[in-house]
Amino acid sequence: MDYFDPHIHMVSRTTDDYATLARMGCVGMSEPAFWAGFDRGSAASFRDYFRQLTEFERSRAANYGIAHYTWLCINAKEAENVELSREVIAMIPEFLERSNVLGIGEIGLNKNTKNESIVFLEHLDLAAKFNELVLIHTPHLHDKYLGTRMILDMLVSDTRLQPHRVLVDHVEEHTIGEVLDRGFWAGMTLYPVSKCTPARAADMVEQFGTERLCVNSAGDWGPSQPTAVPNFIFEMRRRGHSEAIIRKIVYENPLAFFRQCRRFQFTPR
Amino acid sequence: MTTSNPVGSPMPAQQVLDREFLEVRARILKIAATLDRIDRSATPPADAERMDLIRQGLQILLSNAPDRARQVQMLFSLPYRTDWPQQLGVPLENRG
Repeated sequence: MDYFDPHIHMVSRTTDDYATLARMGCVGMSEPAFWAGFDRGSAASFRDYFRQLTEFERSRAANYGIAHYTWLCINAKEAENVELSREVIAMIPEFLERSNVLGIGEIGLNKNTKNESIVFLEHLDLAAKFNELVLIHTPHLHDKYLGTRMILDMLVSDTRLQPHRVLVDHVEEHTIGEVLDRGFWAGMTLYPVSKCTPARAADMVEQFGTERLCVNSAGDWGPSQPTAVPNFIFEMRRRGHSEAIIRKIVYENPLAFFRQCRRFQFTPR
Repeated sequence: MTTSNPVGSPMPAQQVLDREFLEVRARILKIAATLDRIDRSATPPADAERMDLIRQGLQILLSNAPDRARQVQMLFSLPYRTDWPQQLGVPLENRG
């Protein structure tokens, strides 16, 4: 089955992973800007990273027939440095009209601090001014519920932002309902350690339906599986769900969300 | 909380149980062995607050509520307060 992975950090993956994903049906992916595993020291580092996301990864994916899209931001883990964050936010418009950029992301909270909140709000202001889609990172483990509620409060406080143009990622059993109820898109991140398993994601589809819901692999430099979306497809099939339901989650929904971006172009095979 | 348009589970309950039984058994055993290991370990005793959270989590599993996974998530979550913007000093008024 053809599928999209709407949240995968391919800069952390080998070229062999592109080949494996292509063989498993991946036809498109979006890669949010992310923490490198260490705090970058200057805005110039982010300029190079944004070039990597908008140029190099795109061509690396194309070699395997995969359409690569990306999101730009300074992530929540580095947002404690407000001065650096503001330099990076000021630089982002240089890259916004590149054809594989989908919007601002993954922005959000990590430890739910004041500085993270300030930088998050300034990213939202940027997205509103440039009419960009937004991809949200929600915190993990015991910080997730509080952080998700704070993020939703900040999102609805800006009346320029339309909920159907925002995807809130890493939802789990205690946050998915609030996100969908308020009209946002929700992403379930399949991760072997701190996030959601394919089986629990299938449970949430059974409980909450298929509207405005996606699954992704994260596929970052930590313990993660870039093939997590095919694992979810396999789990849904084992339970007896129809191909139509599975395809809506892993293909039609990401496409419907991405198509709201004025630059987005994709030709189904 | 919304549960609009749920697609439901197409798999019969007995089939779910057949498929999951050995894995659930293994996970219960892992928890039991971990609790035994904590009890056998030398003083000082383990953090009472977190041990109590584990006991409360096990109580949730024993209930018949339809949303045990959500309840366990909430048990292990920091509380949310509507006045967090004032507490942190993050103004949300007059935006957009």
